[in-house]
Amino acid sequence: MNGVHDLGGMDGFGAVRPETNEPVFHETWEGRVFALNMLGPGRTPIPVDALRHRIERLDPLRYLGSSYYERWLAAMTQAIIEAGTLTSDEIDARTRELEAVPDQRMPYTENPAHAEGVVGALRAGSPVTRKIRRPAHFAIGDHVLTRNLNPLGHTRLPRYARGKRGLIVLHHGAHVFPDTNAHGLGEHPQHLYTVRFAARELWGNAAEPKATVLIDLWESYLDSDLSKAATRSIKTQPAAKPLPKGLARSETTSKPVAKVKAAPVRAKRCSTKASPPAGRPKKRR
Amino acid sequence: MSDHESDKSHHHPQPPSPAALRAKAIESLLVEKGLITTDVIDRVVAMYEREVGPLNGAKVVARAWTDPAYKRRLLKDATAAIAELGFGGLQGEHMVVLENTPTVHNVICCTLCSCYPWPVLGLPPAWYKSLPYRSRIVREPRAVLHEFGLDLSPTVEVRVWDSSAEIRYMVLPERPANTAELSETELAALITRDALIGVARLANGRASEPQS
Repeated sequence: MNGVHDLGGMDGFGAVRPETNEPVFHETWEGRVFALNMLGPGRTPIPVDALRHRIERLDPLRYLGSSYYERWLAAMTQAIIEAGTLTSDEIDARTRELEAVPDQRMPYTENPAHAEGVVGALRAGSPVTRKIRRPAHFAIGDHVLTRNLNPLGHTRLPRYARGKRGLIVLHHGAHVFPDTNAHGLGEHPQHLYTVRFAARELWGNAAEPKATVLIDLWESYLDSDLSKAATRSIKTQPAAKPLPKGLARSETTSKPVAKVKAAPVRAKRCSTKASPPAGRPKKRR
Repeated sequence: MSDHESDKSHHHPQPPSPAALRAKAIESLLVEKGLITTDVIDRVVAMYEREVGPLNGAKVVARAWTDPAYKRRLLKDATAAIAELGFGGLQGEHMVVLENTPTVHNVICCTLCSCYPWPVLGLPPAWYKSLPYRSRIVREPRAVLHEFGLDLSPTVEVRVWDSSAEIRYMVLPERPANTAELSETELAALITRDALIGVARLANGRASEPQS
């Protein structure tokens, strides 16, 4: 969604203000909210993609006017209410009680085995790489053009990088696709790449010199940059010998050979068959 | 983001903020219903306040500076190399380490939310999560770095890594001059959190900032 959370390149927010000797949590409740989010409502952690989408769907003014953990608290409260774990009335009533008598003692309970289990899970993490049969459509060294996608749902293609030309510099294998996973529509893993963009491509003449921005993008965010492929073919034909009639090179034969050493040569590289449509990966058998 | 400047020096109790009351209400209800226990929350808070922080990342960098084979492994498969030192976990499952050189300076960010490599750097500072950093670092990195006191030469390429997926980045800063005789532990003590994010460089033989 084109929300206010998508901040890259926006103006008007002022200077960055680092704080000296900053604590991990500025107030006690921030740590409690952080930890509650790690557990989720009733012991089922909210998938991180869904949590992010809840946060970006907050009212824009609330989003901009809230601190980081205030946003987490708002998103968590919604998740808990939607899951049916607590009702909005219950939470409001208890909040009023605590306001009236702020020094009430909190109940204290413990379950050390569960606590160790949770800490163990945090230390282990939960990788999002998946094995898929579909081969990677792109390879390191490929020129790509990002699609101009404007989905109403969750996406990780920032607005400032849509319809832009870049170069694939890393391939990370297949990763869970947030655009579906955030909505409970399944993981639909896709190949993930790091794409490098020249600052000038993103910001035009306002770009700073000698700057690049690198963004991690899923395959269905990308098309081959056909213009670049054509340019490269021409560049690699320095001899001015015109090709005999009837031998004009097809795109597959005019491929420049290993300009980027790490780039594996792929048979279908300039195929106009684009990668699968965004957000609707092909069914796998 | 400017709502937490005043707390610390006040001794007279202030009324709890609406967020504090609401967080307490939710926690107390979940505990009463037996859905969570208080000690889990305590344990998770303690873990991120005390056990996980930028000293982990500093140890990784100090090892890379002193052990060329480790550095090669780190640049090839950062997740595995970091795990060799016992670090890993949530928000660090897929690590990539970016080497700064005399001609390339890397800096990390997350414009869409606040992704950050928790196992090696801990939880992010407020400025990293702030609207100004998230909006500006991709557009005018040199200007932002200048505000941090870091002026890059025009000949240095600046690379800004926007963490839009679950890949988490950490910067491998250049080893400062005049540190040849320092031990790995002494080197780790020189390394600041800000240098691992890429908004600072390490000064010769001493840290440029006391924090981390």
